[in-house]
Amino acid sequence: MPGTLGGADMARGHLLRRPFGDAAPAETRRTGIAILGGGVAGLAAAWTLAEAGYRDFRLLELEDRSGGNARSRRNAISAYPLGAHYLPIPNAEAVGVRHLLDRLGIITGWQGGKPVFDPYQLVSDPDERLLRLGRWQEGLVPNVALGRADREQIDRFFARMAAFGAMTGHDGRPAFAIPMELSSRDPELLALDGRSWTAWLDAHGYTSADLRAHIRYVCRDEYGTEPGDVSAWTGVHYFAGRRGDAAGDGDQVLSWPGGNGHLAEAMAARVAGHIDSGHVVGAVKATGDGVVIDALDAPGRRRVRIVADAAIVAMPRFVAAHVVAGWAGSAAGFSYAPWVVANASVDRLPGGRGAALAWDNVSATSNSLGYVVATHQGLASVGGPSVLTWYLPLSELAPAKARALLQARPLADWQRIVHDDLVAMNPDLQGAISRIDVWRWGHAMVRPVPGFIWGPERQAAARFAPPLFAAHSDLSGISIFEEAHYRGTLAAEAAMRHAGFAHHSLLAA
Amino acid sequence: MAEAPAGDAVTRLGPILLFSAFVVATCGLVYELLAGTLASYLLGDSVTQFSTVIGTYLFAMGMGAWLSRGVKRNELAVFIRVEILIAAVGGGSAALLFLLFDRVADFRLPLYGLVLLIGTLVGLEVPLLMRLLKDRLEFGDLVSKVLTFDYIGALAASLLFPLVLVPQLGLIRTGFLFGLANVAVALGLLAMLPARARLRGEMAAGIVVAAALVAGFFGAERLQKLAEVAAYQAPVIYAASTPYQRIVLTKAGDDLRLYLNANLQFSSRDEYRYHEALVHPALGRVARPARVLVLGGGDGLALREILKHPGVAAITLVDLDPAMTRLFGQSAMLTPLNHGALTDRRVTVINADAFVWLRANRRQYDAVIVDFPDPTNFSVGKLYTLSLYRELARAIAPDGIAVVQSTSPLAAPNAYWTVATTLEAAGLRTRGYHANVPSFGEWGFILAAHGPIGDAVRLPPGLRFLTPATQAALFDFPADMARRPTEVNRLDNQVLVRAFDAEWSRFEG
Repeated sequence: MPGTLGGADMARGHLLRRPFGDAAPAETRRTGIAILGGGVAGLAAAWTLAEAGYRDFRLLELEDRSGGNARSRRNAISAYPLGAHYLPIPNAEAVGVRHLLDRLGIITGWQGGKPVFDPYQLVSDPDERLLRLGRWQEGLVPNVALGRADREQIDRFFARMAAFGAMTGHDGRPAFAIPMELSSRDPELLALDGRSWTAWLDAHGYTSADLRAHIRYVCRDEYGTEPGDVSAWTGVHYFAGRRGDAAGDGDQVLSWPGGNGHLAEAMAARVAGHIDSGHVVGAVKATGDGVVIDALDAPGRRRVRIVADAAIVAMPRFVAAHVVAGWAGSAAGFSYAPWVVANASVDRLPGGRGAALAWDNVSATSNSLGYVVATHQGLASVGGPSVLTWYLPLSELAPAKARALLQARPLADWQRIVHDDLVAMNPDLQGAISRIDVWRWGHAMVRPVPGFIWGPERQAAARFAPPLFAAHSDLSGISIFEEAHYRGTLAAEAAMRHAGFAHHSLLAA
Repeated sequence: MAEAPAGDAVTRLGPILLFSAFVVATCGLVYELLAGTLASYLLGDSVTQFSTVIGTYLFAMGMGAWLSRGVKRNELAVFIRVEILIAAVGGGSAALLFLLFDRVADFRLPLYGLVLLIGTLVGLEVPLLMRLLKDRLEFGDLVSKVLTFDYIGALAASLLFPLVLVPQLGLIRTGFLFGLANVAVALGLLAMLPARARLRGEMAAGIVVAAALVAGFFGAERLQKLAEVAAYQAPVIYAASTPYQRIVLTKAGDDLRLYLNANLQFSSRDEYRYHEALVHPALGRVARPARVLVLGGGDGLALREILKHPGVAAITLVDLDPAMTRLFGQSAMLTPLNHGALTDRRVTVINADAFVWLRANRRQYDAVIVDFPDPTNFSVGKLYTLSLYRELARAIAPDGIAVVQSTSPLAAPNAYWTVATTLEAAGLRTRGYHANVPSFGEWGFILAAHGPIGDAVRLPPGLRFLTPATQAALFDFPADMARRPTEVNRLDNQVLVRAFDAEWSRFEG
């Protein structure tokens, strides 16, 4: 089976484990603001600077291409995501993301203060289907051949989550907001963070196997983590945090063939001249009047020093703790979920009994999260070849063990796993899969384990320490586009304030 | 296998052996006729098919006769085995050929393979029979009697086949019935053998084959559903699979029908009603229909009607499938239907996906004929969405008009009016009308324009269906088809596909 085995550049990443030594840099560059890391947070920071008219900045990215886990690739058939693949219609409070979508033309206009989204970028119907009891049904929540008790529990659960979604805390904030920083700090709500999602579900009598299977699917899809390993606050947040605000139906998602790579590339294109890719940041040190950054220009194979007035540290915390002087202990409490994302090229679209092929296709009996059809948003009236993006969080193993497995397992083994899983879901795909490209994410997402989100470590890490401004979805404890974008925007604006650069805030409502 | 029966047993079987000569001759000829008929049904050109099938069959019988010399003993047991084999292969031949037709690369291989096999087995029968009877009858008497029964059987078959069997039973059941006659001969002979000479293995095989044939006879309808071509009511004269669809043409008398993916597109008997109703109410309302766009309609029949308007200077036809426009542009059998419109110098044929083409289109047309397939699935459903109609609205000149074929307002009123609601949501004015097309039923169309759509219409001369009075009457909707409120069909809700599916399955029971 043709295909490639890819992943974050481990060789480059592991350069960080070896200190640079005292050799003098071949070149010293000066800049106003250095952005360290070109994932969604770093790109959002760069975009925010550019929007404000601040031009004296550089973005250093370890990989050859920016985008982080929102990166995408392209083959002869289609673009396809390597990781994150969609963005729900943002909440009204996600002001920064709405600004971005407006500027990118994804929001085409406003009606009565509500955004109108480009219909070509909203996921086309049918959006989701679930293979259960040998038949595909529409939607991911089991709704066919359910026992009475299951149905009752499912209804009760969603009613309870809707109530959480509509709730406002005593401080006047929504109980669960996106960005999460805007959520209510009511102690009784924050108390949910202290226990596991599983414990909360058990305590409230949500025992139905069908319901729990759905909740587990969501939990692994959203956090790469088992329900027993995330906090109840995070568990509820998924169901209660989304209040998509749109002129039409707000309960929809935006997607592109390359997934969120579309957004990352659009942001990168805006700041293209400012990006230095292939730069391994080895050491970051705050000095009296700025920041000194030592990096390895990997393509040029030479050491460079960047002297900046301020730095936006948009790297994952486990990396930042390695390279920023004085941050060594700051990754305590942060843990990361490993994932495998595979892209299978197929010469025909899968079918199946029951509901027609959807954008997102999930099997109740598979341990994978199913597959997303990269060409779903295409306008062709006859299905042709496509790319199916297959997702598997290695949530059943302890993260370190799972990472070891990720490194040890050869391509052919992954391909067999992916192939067999796809064919088990869709026997009609037998013989239709022409190649499988496998991408390994050792640290795909931060894990919102009990006590993490509202605990001291995350909150301390999120605090700005001028001239260093941390920005990453890690600092929200939830690895989604909106959180990364919020952290990047927030840090960029703080850095501009630090630099005394007047600007209009993109986060002001 | 058991011991060979004693010679005296054979002697007792004399009369039934002679009768079996009649049966095997009838069966043998029926299988030959089945193969010939099937070949001309499926491959067309009946003279060639019958000639080659009969030739191959007779040659194979010769091979069988020649092979019979290899049978040195146990003639009765061999005869019985041959009967059981013929029953299985010949009896199931029609069903098997129907099932294989669209599943194999070259249908001629299984066709002639089966003809050779059945012919060889039938060719073995008469020599074996003669040898079995040789001790009972004088040589002259033997030849006379066997051949007499043989030819009477042939006469019976050739009369029964066209007059009773095909019209009453159909090809598949006829095959199974005559297979039963063959196996009955075998079982009858076995039953008349004295107990000590019984052939238990042959008996068991005979019973199994008989049971399978009975099951096949009664399950023939289900088998026919599996066999695409058997589903057509008339002989298939052309069948081809393109990357986009399956094209099938059938012909019975002067009725030529086109099926795309088994859905009837037109019957040559009444297509003028459909195409006159599709084209003239629109073109007759445009002052000067110089530039016309046709979306779909690769059969060129709408073009034929458009070209009846003298002012038409240029027509652009966008159809997905080059095989369709090639077939209807070149085939000597089909060009008389569309008057060679596809090769008219005013016509430009573009093979592209209509949605993709329309989105990129920047030109405007005086009239746009939208003749897409019915919205039977979500891919085709995209061609009926608000997004497409917005692109369509851009393509209609300020004083221009469009017409959309919109399924049956009688069978699927919600689907029909959903099209109107959706066109209106795209900012167009609409007027619906309908015409009776016997092969389709009551069929609906919707006119759409930027301004009000009037009653005045100019019809070209030479129409067979429309007169000014009938044209006006088409716009009247009786209560059972009257306008009703519907949702707007969008890419992200595809309500039309759902309404269409629900209404048509109810309508057709």
